[in-house]
This record gives sequence, structure tokens and C-alpha cells, in this order.
Amino acid sequence: MRPELLTWLIPLPPILAFFVIVLLTNRSNRLSHSIAIGAMLASWGMAMAVFWQAITTEHLGENPFAASLPWLPTGGGVLRFGVLIDPLSAITLFFVAWTCLAIFVYSVGYHNFGKQRDPEDRPGLPPRAGGIEPMYARFFAFISLFAFGMLTLVVSDNLLLLFIGWEIMGLCSYLLIGFWYGKDSARRAMVKAFITTRVGDVFMLLGIAYLYSATGTLNYREILFNEDVLAQLAAAPSGVLGMSTAGLIGLLLFLGTVGKSAQWPLHVWLPDAMEGPTPVSAMIHAATMVSAGVYLAVRFFPLLSAGWHEGGPLTTTMTVVAFIGAFTALFAATIAIAQKDVKRVLAYSTISQLGYMVAAVGIGAYVAAAFHLVTHAFFKALLFLGSGSVIHGMEHGVHKTHAHVDAQDMFNMGGLRKKMPITFVTFTIGGLALSGFPLVTAGFWSKDEILADAFANGHLAVFLTLALAALLTAFYTMRQITLTFLGQPRTEAAKHAHESVWTMTAPLVVLAVFAVAAGWVGIPEGFLGLRLGIPNWFHDFVGGTLLEHPPALAFNWIPLLTSVAVASLGLLIGWLVYRRQAAGAPDPLEKPLGAVYTAWKKKYGFDELYDFLFVRPLYWLAETFTYRWIDRGVIDGFLHGVAALALRFGAAFRNYFDKPVVNGFGDLVGETTKRAGRTFRSLQTGRVQQYLIVGLVFSGLLLSYILLFQP
Amino acid sequence: MIPLTWYLLLAAGLFCVGLYGVLARRNAVAILMGIELMLNAVNLNLVAFWRYITPTVIAGQVFAVIVFAVAASEAAVGLALIISIYRRRSTVVADEINMLKW
Repeated sequence: MRPELLTWLIPLPPILAFFVIVLLTNRSNRLSHSIAIGAMLASWGMAMAVFWQAITTEHLGENPFAASLPWLPTGGGVLRFGVLIDPLSAITLFFVAWTCLAIFVYSVGYHNFGKQRDPEDRPGLPPRAGGIEPMYARFFAFISLFAFGMLTLVVSDNLLLLFIGWEIMGLCSYLLIGFWYGKDSARRAMVKAFITTRVGDVFMLLGIAYLYSATGTLNYREILFNEDVLAQLAAAPSGVLGMSTAGLIGLLLFLGTVGKSAQWPLHVWLPDAMEGPTPVSAMIHAATMVSAGVYLAVRFFPLLSAGWHEGGPLTTTMTVVAFIGAFTALFAATIAIAQKDVKRVLAYSTISQLGYMVAAVGIGAYVAAAFHLVTHAFFKALLFLGSGSVIHGMEHGVHKTHAHVDAQDMFNMGGLRKKMPITFVTFTIGGLALSGFPLVTAGFWSKDEILADAFANGHLAVFLTLALAALLTAFYTMRQITLTFLGQPRTEAAKHAHESVWTMTAPLVVLAVFAVAAGWVGIPEGFLGLRLGIPNWFHDFVGGTLLEHPPALAFNWIPLLTSVAVASLGLLIGWLVYRRQAAGAPDPLEKPLGAVYTAWKKKYGFDELYDFLFVRPLYWLAETFTYRWIDRGVIDGFLHGVAALALRFGAAFRNYFDKPVVNGFGDLVGETTKRAGRTFRSLQTGRVQQYLIVGLVFSGLLLSYILLFQP
Repeated sequence: MIPLTWYLLLAAGLFCVGLYGVLARRNAVAILMGIELMLNAVNLNLVAFWRYITPTVIAGQVFAVIVFAVAASEAAVGLALIISIYRRRSTVVADEINMLKW
């Protein structure tokens, strides 16, 4: 089949699955998950076929698979929508299809399929004792809809269709964070996530509108693969802060990324989003949706960097992007160090790693950003699924021992490597990939490429920040692995933890393979000065997306050694600090770091700051100003005034007109008729002879009258 | 030849007898008979006027025949009503048949 046609069909099965599950099969759990997974499998199959054709096509960047249909007729022409598979969307499609499929399968085990429904479980609350999730079918409907949104976003050939997929995912994120809506924290988190990302989306929509009015099209190829348009946008001043039009549009679109990919200052929603079920955290809040933000930034790299030349000084927009990315990478990494919740550590880690990619986009390391996007999706999905497996095992232990311990607190774990060997091995592989363990793991190659690029182009501040963030990353990853799996169990619950079912461990193994192998496609040429003759396939392939292929970097020892050193050092320190963690003891960092640790633990107080700056003023505005003053006071007052006036007028009308005049007249007619009837009825005697006499008398009178007075 | 006036006087007398019977008798059958007398008085007039004033046109005779027919049917209907009333109320006294009132 032609790849364009196949690409059209990729997002279709999940949306069909969504409707079939919602409308027809939601009573049957088995049927619902079979349909969802079957649909995802079909999408996966088509995605792989398209991917295979994409990587076997020569010069895909110049001749992408593209097809489009007219969509909305507008004043000046017609808005087309279509599909586009160029190298960037091909690799994105690859990791999205794999991670989504893995997570669909994982969800079956995670939601305890095959177990009895616990009669005490209520919809809207997590199962308490390992019974099947009460809203099992609904979960699969939601993730199917989500997969549709993500696949649409990836195969889309224009910004508007991308935005539609983007918003569908935003909706699914909202629905799935609040999947256990019985929990107050989940309800708060869902609203927080929705509103926070909305801030970025508004700016993004502005950027879309601006881009459309400036170029008259939203098609990627027509804007990003067109030197004239880019040069024109780069030359035209926008009138804001001396930026070019391209720079301003890029910045507005980038704000969409900031919201979706949880970059500082809109990062606050992602950690709270961990209230959702773990497969959701893995799929939406680690591997795909938050990656979509970075995908947008990478996709619009030509626009963001318009007016910039390889090796030249950064434009304003790029400086902003690089700053936010690098700052977020370090900022989130420090917070992750002080978190106790196994999922929250990973959430902050996700923010930090996304910051890495954003920083890479900002300094012009296009291929490195895309590379890290792919490898991160695999190993972070793996880590989240691993943490879900750990939590599952811990919850089993908690239930068995009837102890009241938090199943997500790492300080309650320990020694799980013997209980959960598969989870341990795969989680460790993911963790090492995240820390950038040298040579073996995927994370090393992608992270190293970003650092090398930052170093080679002289962005020393970014380089140092990212290197420091990498050190912290390795540290908190090892902290997590040590606290969770190594040492001795610190609680009874941890002693009774057990390995998860195969539907949960199989996806872990698959993702673990990718967490290692995904890096091998991007080994830089001339690595370690060796001339192995292996081309850097990833660089050549993805670099082809750009009009001007980015040159490969010359090998340099300094970033490599830095990267190896920070990774190893971080891992070593993490292990040394936490290997003897005793049960009930506080975090060993708490004392030496003091106030800094508290600041990290409290996430620098951003939640409180936003609460003070935005949430409470908004509540005040809603409660006091809008509700009490405007709504109750002015609007209700006006309405009540009108009503009271009408009431008074009506009463007067009734008393002075309706009752005396209208009713009086009616009554008078009625009474008069009644009285007349009563008077005259005595004439009606019923005696026929009397009538005859009366008739005789009157006819006599009539006759007399006629005879006497008529001629 | 007997003058017309005599016929008219006879008819008037007959009519008055009938009228008195209708108004004064209590028996419903007698009232019916009074009505028959009044109709026959009218017939007498009709025939007399025909014979003395327009003997060439037979309208007067025709009229009289129609009145006979009406009188016969009226008597039939009236007697039927009286029988029906008698069966229900066991009376033929006109004063006691006073249901048609308020």
C-alpha cells in the first residue's frame, strides 16, 4: 500500500475503538481492552510499515510522504489538512507507536484484569485490595482517544491539525489525571493541569493566528522548507522588543511548548498530574504528550532559529528558549532530589529532561534534541511503568500486612530486588539510561550529543548548567534505585511485595531493550577518535528534515569526559549516600543541606507563590467581586428591582382595574341575568292551558290592534 | 240560497265551542276534540269562501283537504302522546301534566 494512504489510516483505529467502547462494549471488560489493544496494534503495525518505508527511502527530507485534502474554504483560498511523514515525524511515530502499545498492554495488568471485582470498590477510587478497576472499560476508551490525539498530531502536516491533536490530548490528560475523581487531590490536579496548560495554549493559538496572517498558510513544508518565507519572516520586524516576525511567532509557539512540556514557569502541573493511574503518567506525562511540546519546538526549529547561522550568536528567541530549557533542567533536577514519592521524583525528572531538549533546541542542536526526545520517551516510559509495578507490589504488601504505610514513599521500600527481579533489572536499565551511564545506554548518547553541541558552539553557560543537571540526575536516579531496590526492606509491606503479572513485566522488557538500543543509531562518527566507518544514521536521517543539513560535530574529549564523569560521579554518590538508609531514618541530605533541602522539598514554593499570585486573587475575584458584588449585588439587584416593580404595578392594576371594572362588569351581567331568570320563571307553569290562554289574549290584542289602527 | 254570513256565523260559533273545550276541559282527550272542532270550523270557512267568492278556483277545497289530513295525523300523534303519558303517570288530566316548567 502506498505510504501516504497508510499514514492517513494510522490514527483511525484508536478513535474507532474509543467510540465502540464508549457506545457498545463498555459493559464487557475483556471485549473493551481487546478492542483498544487491537486498535493500537493495528495503528502500531501501520506505523511500523510507514516507518520502514520512510527509513528505506533515499532523501526522505526532500521527498516526504505527503498528501492533503481541502478542508476549510477561507476568504483567500482553502485551508488544507493532510499527512506528512518526514524524518522527524517518522522517528516520532516510531517511539509513539511503541510506547503507546507497551502502555496499553501494561494497563491490562495494572488495572488487575482477571481479578474479582471487590464489592467495596467504588468507581472513582483506586481499587483497595487488588480487585479489578471498577471503571476498567472507561480507562481503555480514554487512552484510545488519547492515542488518536497523539497519532494525529504526529502525522499532521500543518499546525492547525497539530493543535487539534494537541487539545484532544489536553482533554484526555484532564480526564485521566482525574480518573480517580473520588480523590480530592486528583480533582485538584486535573483542574490545575488543564488550566496551567491552557495558559500556554492561548499563546500558542496567538502564534498560530499570527503565523497564518503573516504567511497565509499553516503547512509545515510551505513555511519551514521554504527559504523565501523564512527569510521574509526573519527580516520583517514584529515591533515587539526588536524581535523579527519569525522570532515572535516562534516565541508564541514556544509558550505552547512551555505549557505542554511543563517547562518553568508553567511546570507546576506535571508533578500533581501523578495523581492519575501510573500508565497515564507513563504515557501522557512522560513519553508522548509532554514530548509533543518538544516535538513542536523541534518541528518549528527553522522558525525559531530564523536569522541564525550555524555557529553564529543566538537570536533573542533562541536565547529565551535556551535559558528556559537549561534553567528548567537544573531547577527540576534539584527538586527531584528531595522528593520521597517514587512517581514525583520521576515527574520532576521528566521536567528536567524536557528542559534538556528545549535547551538543545535553543542552542541550535536540532538533531540532538530530537535524539534525546526519542531515547527519553523510551526510558522514561520504562521508569514510570517500573515505578507502577513497584507501587503495585508495595500495595500488595500493604494490603497483606494491614500496615498503614504510603505505598509510594521510597523510604518505605528497600530490598525489592529480590521480590521483583524483572522490575528491578528493567528499572535499573531505565535509571542508568536516564543518568547517562556511559557507552551502554541510550541516554548517554543523546545527552552527550547535547553537551557536545553546547560545548562545540561555545555556549558555556548552557553547557555547565546541563552538566550540573546531569550530575544531579544521576544522583537522584541512583538515590531512587538504592532506596527502592537495594539494601534491606524497611517496612513489613516491602517484605511482602511481589512481582507483577506478565502483562506488566513484558512491556517493561520491551521498553528496556529500546532504552539501551535506541542510542546505538546515533553514535557520532569518529567517536573516541576511532574511524570505525559506522555512519551516524540518526544524524543523517533526521538532519534531512531541515532545509540546510546540520553539519556533524567534530569529536571532542572535553564534553565526553564531562558527561562520563558527571554520570559516574552522580551514580556513585547516590549509592554511597543512601546504601545504608535505615528504616524510619530521615533523608541523610536533610541535615547537611538544611534550608536548601527544605526549599527543594517544598519545590521552591512555586505552588504557594502561584496560589498567592493567581489562585487566591482569582478566587477572590470569583467569590467576592464577581459573585457577591456583581452577580448578587448588581445583576440580581437589578432583576429583583424589576421584579418588585412589576409586582407592585401588577397588584395596583389588579386592585384598581381588574377587580372593580372587569370583574364588576362580568358579575353584574351574570347577576342581572340570574335575577331576571328567577323573576320570570314563575311564568313558566308547565300548564298547557294557561299558555293557550296567554296566547289567546295576546293574539286577541294583536288582532284588535291591527283591526283598530291599520287601514 | 243561504247567505255567506250564516256560514261564517256557524263557523265562528263552532270555533268558539272548540276553543272553550280546549281551554276549559281538564281531560286531554277532550282538549284534543276541541282542537278538532276548531279545525273543522276553519274548514267550514274555507269551503264557504270558495263556494261564494272564487268558485272557479279549487284552492279552497284543496286547502280543506290538507287540513283534514293534518287533523287526522295530529289526532293520531296527540292520542299516542296521551296514551304514553297515561301509561307513565296514570292520568290524562292536563293540569297534572305540568313537567314542562322550571
